[in-house]
Amino acid sequence: MTAILEVKDLKKTFPGVTAVNGVSFSIEPGICFGLLGPNGAGKTTSIEIIEGILKPDSGTVLYRNEKRGRRFKEEVGIQFQNTELPQYLTVFETVKAFRTLYSRKADLDWIIEVCSLNEILDRDNRKISGGQKQRLLLAIALTNDPELIILDEPTTGLDPQARRHLWDIVTGIKDSGRTLILTTHYMEEAEILCDIVAIMDYGKIIDQDSPGNLLARHGEGATIIIRTENPQQVMEAISCRIFKIDDTLEIHTDSLNECIKSLAQAGADLSNMTVRTPNLEDVFLKLTGHTLRS
Amino acid sequence: MFRRIWIIFSSRNKEFYRDRSGLGWNLLFPFFIIIGFSLIFNQDDRAEYKVGIIGQENKIRNEIAIQYNNFRKSRYIEFIQMENMETGIKKLGHHRIDLLIDPVQGKYWKSSSSPKSYLAEKLFQAGGTINQNESFIAGAINGREIPYVEWLFPGILGMNIMFSALFGVGYTVVRDRKNGILKRLSVTPLKPFEFLTAHILSRMFVLIITTAAVYAGCEMIYGFENRGSYLSLLLVFSLGGFSMIALSLIVASRSSSEEFAGGLLNLLSWPMMLLSEVWFSLEGARPWVRTFAKIFPLTHLTDGARQIMNDGATLYDIRSNLLVLAAMSIFFLATGSLFFRWRKPD
Repeated sequence: MTAILEVKDLKKTFPGVTAVNGVSFSIEPGICFGLLGPNGAGKTTSIEIIEGILKPDSGTVLYRNEKRGRRFKEEVGIQFQNTELPQYLTVFETVKAFRTLYSRKADLDWIIEVCSLNEILDRDNRKISGGQKQRLLLAIALTNDPELIILDEPTTGLDPQARRHLWDIVTGIKDSGRTLILTTHYMEEAEILCDIVAIMDYGKIIDQDSPGNLLARHGEGATIIIRTENPQQVMEAISCRIFKIDDTLEIHTDSLNECIKSLAQAGADLSNMTVRTPNLEDVFLKLTGHTLRS
Repeated sequence: MFRRIWIIFSSRNKEFYRDRSGLGWNLLFPFFIIIGFSLIFNQDDRAEYKVGIIGQENKIRNEIAIQYNNFRKSRYIEFIQMENMETGIKKLGHHRIDLLIDPVQGKYWKSSSSPKSYLAEKLFQAGGTINQNESFIAGAINGREIPYVEWLFPGILGMNIMFSALFGVGYTVVRDRKNGILKRLSVTPLKPFEFLTAHILSRMFVLIITTAAVYAGCEMIYGFENRGSYLSLLLVFSLGGFSMIALSLIVASRSSSEEFAGGLLNLLSWPMMLLSEVWFSLEGARPWVRTFAKIFPLTHLTDGARQIMNDGATLYDIRSNLLVLAAMSIFFLATGSLFFRWRKPD
């Protein structure tokens, strides 16, 4: 199948920092492609190069096997990380105004329905909540009935409820057969929404695959979380990778039984123990040596 | 293309009329200025000079009484009784009064650093020569004099257009660039030309409506007389407004700092306000000042509008103003469009 978007060897430096250092990937139509990485990994810079906001120092971006032009602007929907909305316009007027800018137009009722804007249509843009604003920005990205939708950290700063609401909306858009590119630093978001995840750090893609394959490849073992009064004694007794946060230990192990046995021998209270299977955060930790939040 | 221009045009207009404070300010500000100045300058007995008097006037000696009494009868001079000499000298030194006279002692004091004090002294001295045998014969100007407020009115309208054009477009574009709205628009099929055209048309529409409203309001209150054609007046206001909107686009072409843009706009608007004959005529000013003032579009707008309103000039009479405004508009617009960027540089 021909890739809807192909990115080849993108490089971008700013004074004193290499933001993007040889990023390449291609995206098949109809999937949700996620760029996962901590703040400063180069996700937004890569996305802004794709969108045409930034010029790369080198590298190419092909949309449907062609250089981006008028067609790209007409067929791609974009949601930036931070955008103010026009003042003194209502939500409905804003969606309608952006829809008018395109030759391709999505059905207005569909946009309102899919982004759950019905209740706030007549509200002034200045009087909507953070979650409502993100939904409106997503609606704006859908006004041209896009083939490809680029969402740059769409849930950053939202409360858990608003975040889950937006995930449902994005899942609905994905189910309609559209292609999505999503940047995020929430591993849960990437796991739930993305078919393919590219893990980025220091301007490079370290690995990319489906979340399942990434976990299968890099996520062997388990994580034990245990609270103990004698963390030092436990740390000395077992030979696994251990992270200590106050009186809680996070132990990463490939042999769960052996590790639990060692903990019991070290006198740790196992009733305070939680065992967690690996997730993308663990994969990221393994690949980069630091956490997504660091 | 027209669809896109129309939607940006109508969105900007909605933003303008829904911003009640901005709308109110645009409409009320020129009213306040006109009303204020008409109150100040339409008072028949408004004093030009203030003269302090010490002691009792009725004890003046006969030899100097004629000069004093002639001066005392002069109009537009306010005579103020001082408590004592010390108070009078202090007020003269602080320019609260222009001359201090003690009729009993036959002495007066002036401030050597004050031009008004100098002129008040000359008037006082002239009081002694009024009854001489030979003197110039006074004449009167023929025809209707233009009241100051009527002279001022086109300048105030021009100034209002200037502020609305410069800050209404320049500041708004910079603000929208700063908060990312222009960045968002840049990834749509909207072209810079369409965006700028919509902004210009929207502001032109606002300018014409607000200027017409202020004109109609002031005409109702003061009964201004427009001796020329309303269409000519519309043309000169429109062209002047257009040229200043185009000028603001140069300021707004790249900056994303409201402070920087605000400074630049002030740098443009203040000299225009002072040197474009909005408040006072530059008649008698140094030649370089008068030449320098011609680089401002407001000078040509004000001059053209005054000629139409005050003298009944035709478009042909003010063709030089119109040509200069048209040339400035083209130059500013071309420069602004050439330099325009949706976003701040990487």
